[in-house]
Amino acid sequence: MAEKGYLPKEKIKEFVEALGKDATVFAPCLEGDTIVFREYAAGKEISLDRPANTPPKGAIYPQCETLLSFEFKKEADSPQKMDVELKVNTDFPKAVVFGGRPCDARGFTVIDRVFVNTDTADPYYKKRRENTTIVTKCCNGPVAGCFCVGVGGGPAVTEGSDVVMTEVDGGYYLEAVTDKGKAVMSLPMIQDGASYEAKAKQANEKATAAVRNPFPAGADKISGDLFDSGDFWGRVIDKCLSCGACTFLCPTCYCFNITDEQAITTGERIRSWDSCMFQHFTLETSGHNPRPVKHKRFRNRVGHKFYYYPEKYDGAIACTGCGRCIRYCPVSVDISEIVGYLRDPKADPKEWAAEKKDAKN
Amino acid sequence: MSTQKLKEIIKQVLPDVETVICWQDGFDKLNVTPIFITSPEQADKVVWNPLCAQNLASYLPSQKKKVAVAVKGCDSRTIVQYMQEGLIDRDNVVIIGIPCKGVVSKKKVQKAIGNEPVEDVTFTDGSVKVKTPSGEKTFAIADVCPGKCASCQYPTPIVYDHLTSEAIKSDKPAESVYADVAELEGKTLEERKAYFLGQFDKCIRCYACRNACPMCVCQDSCIAETREPHWITQKLSLDEKLMFHMIHSLHLAGRCVECGECERVCPMEIPVAKLKKKINKEMRDLFDYTPGVNPEDKPPMYTFNVDEAKIKEHKL
Repeated sequence: MAEKGYLPKEKIKEFVEALGKDATVFAPCLEGDTIVFREYAAGKEISLDRPANTPPKGAIYPQCETLLSFEFKKEADSPQKMDVELKVNTDFPKAVVFGGRPCDARGFTVIDRVFVNTDTADPYYKKRRENTTIVTKCCNGPVAGCFCVGVGGGPAVTEGSDVVMTEVDGGYYLEAVTDKGKAVMSLPMIQDGASYEAKAKQANEKATAAVRNPFPAGADKISGDLFDSGDFWGRVIDKCLSCGACTFLCPTCYCFNITDEQAITTGERIRSWDSCMFQHFTLETSGHNPRPVKHKRFRNRVGHKFYYYPEKYDGAIACTGCGRCIRYCPVSVDISEIVGYLRDPKADPKEWAAEKKDAKN
Repeated sequence: MSTQKLKEIIKQVLPDVETVICWQDGFDKLNVTPIFITSPEQADKVVWNPLCAQNLASYLPSQKKKVAVAVKGCDSRTIVQYMQEGLIDRDNVVIIGIPCKGVVSKKKVQKAIGNEPVEDVTFTDGSVKVKTPSGEKTFAIADVCPGKCASCQYPTPIVYDHLTSEAIKSDKPAESVYADVAELEGKTLEERKAYFLGQFDKCIRCYACRNACPMCVCQDSCIAETREPHWITQKLSLDEKLMFHMIHSLHLAGRCVECGECERVCPMEIPVAKLKKKINKEMRDLFDYTPGVNPEDKPPMYTFNVDEAKIKEHKL
């Protein structure tokens, strides 16, 4: 099977429909001015013009999924007794994630370390991940807020993808990254792509050079002193509204909640995304909340991505620099700016000490 | 220039307050972000330009000490409503009023420049020039402003302690405020339902609209997340999304100050303010009440009259 191919732009729809022959295709669809990953169906308009508002994370790790359904049933012989019938969800259809970006695809690799590459793999995520092929579109250049090159990524990195496509000459140069990807390349509308390889390489180099790196060379270690400073967090996060936009738009956030949603005798145990920015996230049954104020919650979010996760997984950062949390933050909080302060070799908590007030909240 | 005047006022009021809440440059030229000023040097970072769309008055109820806040005319309605509902102590707030001729919707500009990265943004009277890698484009602010500016009735703050420039009067007809609602009312119920379901289908339940809303007072105790009562599940179904938005809207009946924050912050670009405006219009027609314009008013849902002038009760 070919590893290099070319797809003319006018054949995109045909390509997506072919991918959808035996799989559900999740593609970035234009709805009004919003681009959302949706199950592709006739009538949907695919847009590859800019990264989608949402990452395609939900295709493999749904925002809400049924773990099991249950039904309470009365026993026929002794109706005063109730029995519960459980049905585990094992429905993980074959899927394709089409048109995500390299940062989106790398996002799955962050979740893989926690949900798959462990001795207690999550069966739901693992099965969906195995059944999904990821066809990624490389970026022509940066958009507001993004910084993939600062966290080990880039507008054309292949990590997490099965196929990558680069825009060249009125179409896309396709390259298979994995065996799953090679299977895609055998579709009939894929033409020979070898002659486009050099041009694609050039386009990707140009895109890579245009992306900002917010972190100076050598500044890759978080200052523990500054990280532990309440004054610092109080000051940088005064403005945060504690909403979940940053976490729900993040291609790597994987924290969840499990709830039983029951109506009379039937119900479902569901797993839904949770957000560490919400006050309830760490609220304990006793009423105690270890992270009762927003600056403690924000510190946890930054810590998880840039401090604790790298400590546990050989330095890997749990952020792919997609920039959505910056771009869509209601109050323009910039996580790269905050990490920049924390990594500054000259970081000094005293500089952040409150001058005439106690640390906020 | 009013930015200079704004900095002077901030330095003048700073000794008397704990914090001054204003705007500063953000992560790129198209973004500003709030700054919480505690020292005179920080005052020099302050900016005032049509990108300062965020309603900073929303931060007031969470402040524990005396603060100063910079507000536009529309934002000042939030403060008036807080006064009516007893949510702030007016003596603990110094209001720096900024007469405003209209702000810019970041989303509209981004759309107009094809979502290219922004290299520079400059303002001349009534227009904004945006520089991107593919060139420069100039827009009239009237073409890229949020809907609320096109029908602004209060360009000068209603309440203030300091004013950065001379007061200006609205030149927009009062009927224009609900022009978008009238358009909605022209549709059949089925069409309206289809419209809202289509929009709310994009909702990701991040609650940015709720948390940015100055009048959403429940916040961490919001019914959308409570287990007791368990009115909304954590499912991502359209029913649940619609239910959340209906609750949000109804809780704001006769309280929404139409600052447009809910819509400005929505990462999915859902017109979430539309339902609230429709309900506000109904409340105005029923109770002759407009939220956030007179500190002495009482919100209609805070009072009870045995006989309401415009409500015909069923007589038992």
